[in-house]
Amino acid sequence: MATKKASASETESISSASRSTPEPVATKKPAAKSAERVTAVEMGARQREISVSEFFTKNRHLLGFDNPRKALLTCVKEAVDNALDACEEAGILPDVTVRLEVVSNGQPVAASQANRFRVTVTDNGPGIVRQQIPRIFAKLLYGSKFHRLRMSRGQQGIGISAAGMYGQLTTGKPVKIISRIGPKAAAHFFEVQIDTKKNEPLVHENKQIDWEQPRGTQVTLEVEGKYQKGRASVDEWLEQTSIANPHVKLIYHTPEGETKEYARTYHELPPQPREIKPHPYGIEFGMLLKMLQDTKSHTVAGFLESDFCRVSAQIAEDICKAAKVSPDAKPRELKGPVAETLYKTLQETKLMAPPTNCISPIGEKAILSGLYKQIKGEFYTAVSRPPAVYRGNPFIIEAGLAYGNRPQDQNKPQQPTMPKAEGEGEEEDSELARVIRYANRVPLLYQQSACSTFKAVLSTTWKNYGLTQSRGALPGGPMVIFVHMASVWVPFTSESKEAIADYDEIQKEITLALRECGRRLGLFVRRRERAASEFRRRNIFELYIEEVVEACNRLKGGKLPKEKLKAQLQKIASARTGGQKTDHALGKTGAGPEGLPHSIIVTAEGIEGETAVASQVEADQAGTAPRATSDAPGETTPIEKPASKAPVVKARHPEKSPRKAAAKSEQTTLFGGKSGSKMKTAKPGKSTAPRKQK
Amino acid sequence: MATKTKNPTVVEKKLIGLADIVIQAAERSKDPTLQIPIRALSNVSFNEKKGLIEMGSKKQERSFFNVGMAKRFMQTVLVADALSELQRADLTTSLREIYYRTKHTIKDSHENTFDAQDESDPVIEDLEVSLAALREELHVSAENRGSIVGPVVFGDDGDRVDCSKLGKGGYSVPSIVEPEYLEIRRCTADFVLLVEKGTQWNRLSEDKFWRRYNCILLTGNGQPPRGVRRLACRLHEEHRLPVYVLVDNDPWGYYIYSVVKQGSINLAFESERMAIPKAKFVGLSSADPENYELPRNVGIKLNDKDIARAKELLNYQWFKKPAWQAEIKRMLASGLKYELDALANKDFQYLTKKYLPKKLQERDWLD
Ligand SMILES: Nc1ncnc2c1ncn2[C@@H]1O[C@H](COP(=O)(O)OP(=O)(O)O)[C@@H](O)[C@H]1O
Ligand SMILES: [Mg+2]
Repeated sequence: MATKKASASETESISSASRSTPEPVATKKPAAKSAERVTAVEMGARQREISVSEFFTKNRHLLGFDNPRKALLTCVKEAVDNALDACEEAGILPDVTVRLEVVSNGQPVAASQANRFRVTVTDNGPGIVRQQIPRIFAKLLYGSKFHRLRMSRGQQGIGISAAGMYGQLTTGKPVKIISRIGPKAAAHFFEVQIDTKKNEPLVHENKQIDWEQPRGTQVTLEVEGKYQKGRASVDEWLEQTSIANPHVKLIYHTPEGETKEYARTYHELPPQPREIKPHPYGIEFGMLLKMLQDTKSHTVAGFLESDFCRVSAQIAEDICKAAKVSPDAKPRELKGPVAETLYKTLQETKLMAPPTNCISPIGEKAILSGLYKQIKGEFYTAVSRPPAVYRGNPFIIEAGLAYGNRPQDQNKPQQPTMPKAEGEGEEEDSELARVIRYANRVPLLYQQSACSTFKAVLSTTWKNYGLTQSRGALPGGPMVIFVHMASVWVPFTSESKEAIADYDEIQKEITLALRECGRRLGLFVRRRERAASEFRRRNIFELYIEEVVEACNRLKGGKLPKEKLKAQLQKIASARTGGQKTDHALGKTGAGPEGLPHSIIVTAEGIEGETAVASQVEADQAGTAPRATSDAPGETTPIEKPASKAPVVKARHPEKSPRKAAAKSEQTTLFGGKSGSKMKTAKPGKSTAPRKQK
Repeated sequence: MATKTKNPTVVEKKLIGLADIVIQAAERSKDPTLQIPIRALSNVSFNEKKGLIEMGSKKQERSFFNVGMAKRFMQTVLVADALSELQRADLTTSLREIYYRTKHTIKDSHENTFDAQDESDPVIEDLEVSLAALREELHVSAENRGSIVGPVVFGDDGDRVDCSKLGKGGYSVPSIVEPEYLEIRRCTADFVLLVEKGTQWNRLSEDKFWRRYNCILLTGNGQPPRGVRRLACRLHEEHRLPVYVLVDNDPWGYYIYSVVKQGSINLAFESERMAIPKAKFVGLSSADPENYELPRNVGIKLNDKDIARAKELLNYQWFKKPAWQAEIKRMLASGLKYELDALANKDFQYLTKKYLPKKLQERDWLD
């Protein structure tokens, strides 16, 4: 902790200043004097090393532990991020289990009332070697990801140990770890705490145990927290995680005793991101100073060539010349104005953009898979932009959309139609779109309006794509907008990593991605409207034929061959509404969507577009979880769709309203915290179907 | 209710004919289409000889397989069905009840067959004209809106109604006054005075004007409903009573008079039964304010709608007589209209004691 001294004196001086503020208002002079009276000696006496616990307590908001609810989420997040990072780096398709349990002292407490939780996250990753375990979990700022430029979820090596620290401070309980690096190795069990004075691990327990898993890591934290569903909840975060990471199989045991299972619907690991050296444009002056100190090179020219990307020997020479530094000077001796000149020269030298193959996007197919799996809609599309660079940092923007209310499945009970009274009309839909944001595949749940992604969504003219949008607002309609930024270094607005900072290059890429999504949506909406109006025409006739036939039958004294008349009239209706042509417009002929790459369209008759992706989702969702029945009213049966080669989502006419209500309630599950219709829900004791298969 | 037969009535046969149109068209893969006479100025003509507005032969088609007409078509068939039900059960009902009877939610939808009564009323009128059936024959009644008092005796459902013994309230005119429903047993009056407004009718009734002048006082409280018009017509035809019309001096008053006299544009097909071509307009005339020295300050300024309507009237054939052109133009020139009530400015009983006696005596009316 290099900054320990500095931050100690800083925090001290801040607190002494705040102590003296109440006085000066009444008597100006003495107050000024009392401020002057503090001598360097006295200040020196107060300057001391602050402990990591003090550091943590003062900075907990920066680390995501501002309040018990957010703290619970942060603990889950840090552990899951690590699990996924480790699995992916080791080339293992991740299986992650998250278990939240209420910890009560005596009588049982409802999850929503509890203030203490046990968080257990288990992965099938590479495991951690025994010697490293104490330091990883009980030493702040210890990790493998800080000293390199590689796209990963964790960045600062502060994640899991901070969560452990938080648990230790709020409950006094140690962090428990089980880890095993392979079937032939033993599983190790650890209980560790941080020595808050020295920032060093204290090992309470260390033994070999039997563990059913051949490989992986399990972390258990006991923390003060608050469990509340809805916006920015653990549930929401996990669900969003599963959207952007469809290659992960995620099982979540909620503190209320439910089990939600997010199937793996994409069976390829994301390509390994490559590590790169920093690009000169991407570093700050302070960073350059640190690099000058840390380098293994003995000359400035050598340092420039070996520690940066896109700096050749020739360019290194040229830079030294331009900065008036001897190429052979010792890097460690470059200080002050000389270093500053070198920094300026680096920024001004024309250099190639950094290589971009270090970034691993989620990919259009995987985004589609994630969206299709978790959100019920009629139209899905995804766009991955080519790599771009901001301040020397390569990045990729990806965007996606899930739009509309999925036509209701036919085998579901129809809601009875409510007769409408005079003057009763349909209520207007005023639902707004939702934005889900990701940085390096991790959902961002806080500070939406400060985020570059959100701003780009607002500044996109969605009206061009057939949606409603009031000034400066989100577009209207049942829609989820997905935005992902992948980068070796995501520029957050603050340490708490909640919102992506505004850079023109980033804004531009997000906007381009959103526009392409919007363009495709516009095509879809227009196409569907055309079909819908034809459909409505035919539908009108079909509705009225019944009425007319019945009335004619009554007029004829009930002696009419009704079915014959009906069939005759229906034939005329079909001929009058374009017959074949309408079938085509309605997508009944199975022609794929035109001009809509990387999209899925769900119609009443089936799926079009990336059907392979969709049917994989169907198959996985049907296959991995048994049908769980739920007694809770309004909860839908988890798996409604048969897994067949030609997936058919049977549904009634898209026009009809009952499914609108049903689909909407499903859609909101993503955000409302209600158990999602597509999640596997099994309540202990209530479920009649077999529980999860092992 | 006199017509009670086992065999379908003529009207019922006509209604069933609608179903046949649908069935036959379907048989031939044709779009079922109804021919409905147009009920608008464009389809009426004035028969000067008879002094009647007559409906022309222009028809509009109402097809089932036309998005804009499909619902109307379906509604027409539904109403026809309800009307034939009335025939079979030999019941009479109101427009509003027909609306409720035919209103339901269409299967598998949120759509109602009818959303409001103003959708079903015109359909009934459509059927009246296309089947050339009277509303009474369709067994549909309007609300009773009209009063009568004077030396006339009716038989109503076997009850004897002597309209000279009903106090100042009189007898409420039923909406169906065909002989089968209402019998005129005795009538000793000399003429009929049809008054636009209930208030003036009250004044005349209270002052027993009808006794002094041996007349029948009728009112329809505004535009007279069919029952009132038909009753006036019967008194005129069966008892040879002249009919005098007393209305406000404004374009609407003129039009009310013309409907009584020549028939209405909307229901021109009923003119034969309803119109009284010999009816006379006693007032208020645009000449009256001067003749009777009504001060200008009891007049009301004509508004834009009044002026536009008055100009329309000038173009109606049945207002082409020079006297009428002068009458309307005089009103337009003065820029004022007068209510009957304004006569009270002179005296509360001015209408009964001065105005009408003078008018009748001087035969000061327009034809
Ligand atoms: N579940 C795990 N499996 C394997 N390695 C892990 C796991 N959790 C943490 N690690 C290792 O511990 C290091 C520190 O983790 P952490 O404190 O969260 O910091 P960061 O993730 O920012 O590097 C990681 O860089 C990783 O090498
Ligand atoms: Mg981490």
